[in-house]
Amino acid sequence: MAETWIDLLRLLDGALRLATPLILCAMAGLVSERSGVINIALEGKLLTGAFTAAAAVTLTGSVAVGLAAAVCAATMLSMVHGFACITHRGEQIISGVAINIVAAGLTVVAGNALFRQGGHTPPLASDDRFPALTLPFAETLAAVPVLGPFWGELVSGHTLPVYLALASVPVVWWLIYRSRFGLRLRAAGELPEAVESAGVSVTVLRYRGLLIAGVLCGVAGAYLSTGHGGGFVRDMSAGKGFLALAALIFGRWKPWPVLFACLLFGVLDAAAPRLHGLEVPLLGTVPVALVSVLPYGLTVVLLAGFFGRAEAPGALGRPPGRTG
Amino acid sequence: MAVPALRLRNISKRFGTVQAARGVDLDVMPGTVHGIIGENGAGKSTLASIIFGLHTPDSGTIEIDGAPVNNLRPVDAIGHGIGMVHQHFMLVPGFSALENIVLGLEAGFRLGPGLARARVRLAGVCREHGLDIDPDATVDDLPVGVRQRVEILKALYRGARILLLDEPTGALAPHETEQLLTLLDRMRASGATVVLITHKLHEIMTVCDRVSVMRSGQLVAERDVKDTSADELATLMVGHDLPADGEEKAAVKVRTVLEVSGLGVRDAGGVRLTDVSFSLRAGEILGLAGVSGNGQSELLEVLAGMRPVSAGNVSVGGRRIDHAHPASPAEMRSLGVSHVPEDRQRQGLVLPFDIRENAVLGRLERCGPGTLVRPAVLQARAETMIGDFDIRPPVADRPAGVLSGGNQQKVVVARETAENPPILLLGQPTRGVDIATIALIHSRIIELRNRGCALLLVSADLDEIFALSDRIVTLCSGRLAGPLETRSADRSVVGMMMAGLGGGATA
Repeated sequence: MAETWIDLLRLLDGALRLATPLILCAMAGLVSERSGVINIALEGKLLTGAFTAAAAVTLTGSVAVGLAAAVCAATMLSMVHGFACITHRGEQIISGVAINIVAAGLTVVAGNALFRQGGHTPPLASDDRFPALTLPFAETLAAVPVLGPFWGELVSGHTLPVYLALASVPVVWWLIYRSRFGLRLRAAGELPEAVESAGVSVTVLRYRGLLIAGVLCGVAGAYLSTGHGGGFVRDMSAGKGFLALAALIFGRWKPWPVLFACLLFGVLDAAAPRLHGLEVPLLGTVPVALVSVLPYGLTVVLLAGFFGRAEAPGALGRPPGRTG
Repeated sequence: MAVPALRLRNISKRFGTVQAARGVDLDVMPGTVHGIIGENGAGKSTLASIIFGLHTPDSGTIEIDGAPVNNLRPVDAIGHGIGMVHQHFMLVPGFSALENIVLGLEAGFRLGPGLARARVRLAGVCREHGLDIDPDATVDDLPVGVRQRVEILKALYRGARILLLDEPTGALAPHETEQLLTLLDRMRASGATVVLITHKLHEIMTVCDRVSVMRSGQLVAERDVKDTSADELATLMVGHDLPADGEEKAAVKVRTVLEVSGLGVRDAGGVRLTDVSFSLRAGEILGLAGVSGNGQSELLEVLAGMRPVSAGNVSVGGRRIDHAHPASPAEMRSLGVSHVPEDRQRQGLVLPFDIRENAVLGRLERCGPGTLVRPAVLQARAETMIGDFDIRPPVADRPAGVLSGGNQQKVVVARETAENPPILLLGQPTRGVDIATIALIHSRIIELRNRGCALLLVSADLDEIFALSDRIVTLCSGRLAGPLETRSADRSVVGMMMAGLGGGATA
């Protein structure tokens, strides 16, 4: 019994680690899409953040500098996105795709130029990565059955970005639903003309949304290369930005359901290696590829309307029209 | 005499070649309801937009409470106590009424306390003007009339003392209209000034103190409502001149080719048509007059197979189209119904396609075997059309988008009349078209009629209706009135029918 409990906790622990970049990116996407800006560039920002963090840590030895650099880099990309599709009312998908392509290329080119290791950064020593934080009572409670392992194995012992990711959900929720900024942001995503006619600038609102998105993507990137991993590897974001977008749709642009979707994807991801080679009655051996494809499959099923329609913000992707 | 709440002097505004307002002088006295009435395109909405600062006038001055204002923008207009209720509501879907009203004036970063204070203030505003809404209802769930009340409250909450209402009853059901008029009456009693822009005489006669009549961008008359009548206003609104080319009307009408009975249409936006019945006979032109937005577009779309029927039915060529048996545009075409749509750029043409391709839209089955299209057939058809209708420039491989409005319309009319259809629906066939093209299209319409085609002519241009039609019907708020024989019809009667004021026996 205790064994199973520990196994389950380990699985969830791994799921949480894998879900962290998803949660951060999905919250980033949520804030920007609720303001009406499609954020398909999450992937590119995540990748750029990962590279910048790893490069900065390699050069300075400080994980804090790495985090700051990642946030700056991802935010800059966010602003480029904003310049193209808010200031110049450009096509938001195209701008996002362009940012993704630029990020994929530029990280490798810059990595080669700086470190000459085929686009990777040198592996980071564990001192140069985010340390695991042991929460209070982790040892005191260790002897307590059920709760002890739960606190010690699952809740405690993660790095700073994991806790930031978990904290970002209630913060984003409060911001969106309980603040003046959130009210206006949501209005800008639903009917920007109403916001303008109320004398509030949609442009400023959408830029702010993208600013927050940039910061969150930066944290996600830093976690990927200097928390979860030990250095940057080319294309290390591996579609996590898109998966976050899928979680955003799965969770219907609402913070708590989106968190749930991210955790679900995390569990599937963590379970994949464990399920490899598992015999299932009637089906035979489960191919690991089938498990990896599940998050995408689920999203497709959802989008096809099996669980009701996903309601996107009304003015998603649309610049405000002129009134009158 | 009191200082006018709003004074316009010599306001003019031109859009391209269209003079939308010409030397308009207007005084609106405080505490009154002032009506502005006129046909479509008379410049009423332009005037409202100028007062609210959405458009800058080319010349003229605006005074509010006796003080001149310059370079008015909407924000300034709100600051001066002007509130505007747009024809299309500006309510954020998914938000509650309270959230919509408060948007932009939340008072503090935390929403909770701000909303709590706003709720109290809103209750005060509601009491003051005798309005009643549920502040927590989501606007999507509210009926149109209540949504409009939210819009009015939005303006009042911002301290509006002068309220502009642009065609406020266009989307309202009759009982909602009555409620609105009662509300305006109460607002006047509590000291507010209201400018009511409408084309419905009934509203003017019911609620207004004074009325200005607009025609072609000019204020042609101003009356105290107690000193005028609906008849006089209808005549002023449509103008005096009667077209007198009666010789074109010599058709024999016997056979009914299309019959509409009890037709009702309703969609997400509400009821569009109610119990519409009429018949269309071979060899006649039935003119459908009315201010746009009263169901004409919906009627055309139903007859063209573009919109489902909610109630009643349409019979054509032995086929009965009702709710359970909808027809597609292709089927309507095969039943002999051709359609010149109201919006040539969006429904009539594919602008990036050239004339050859536009010439065969919806008729590809005649252009080659199976799914193949023979370029020579396309070329030949296009050249015939260019020759028959004098389309300029006479180049078949030119995209429709580069043609002038008149030549675009020629392409549409040419295509729809090429096969001498037994039934032709015409939606605003000469809107925004030059005079020479109008004459050409009119002569083509007459020619078809004389050959026995049944035509339904929908036009906002009353002159056109009178010049071409054999019989006239009108639509107001989705209800049909008429038909009248054009010979015996009087323009002011038709004007009254358009404004929903009785007149004419129902078919």
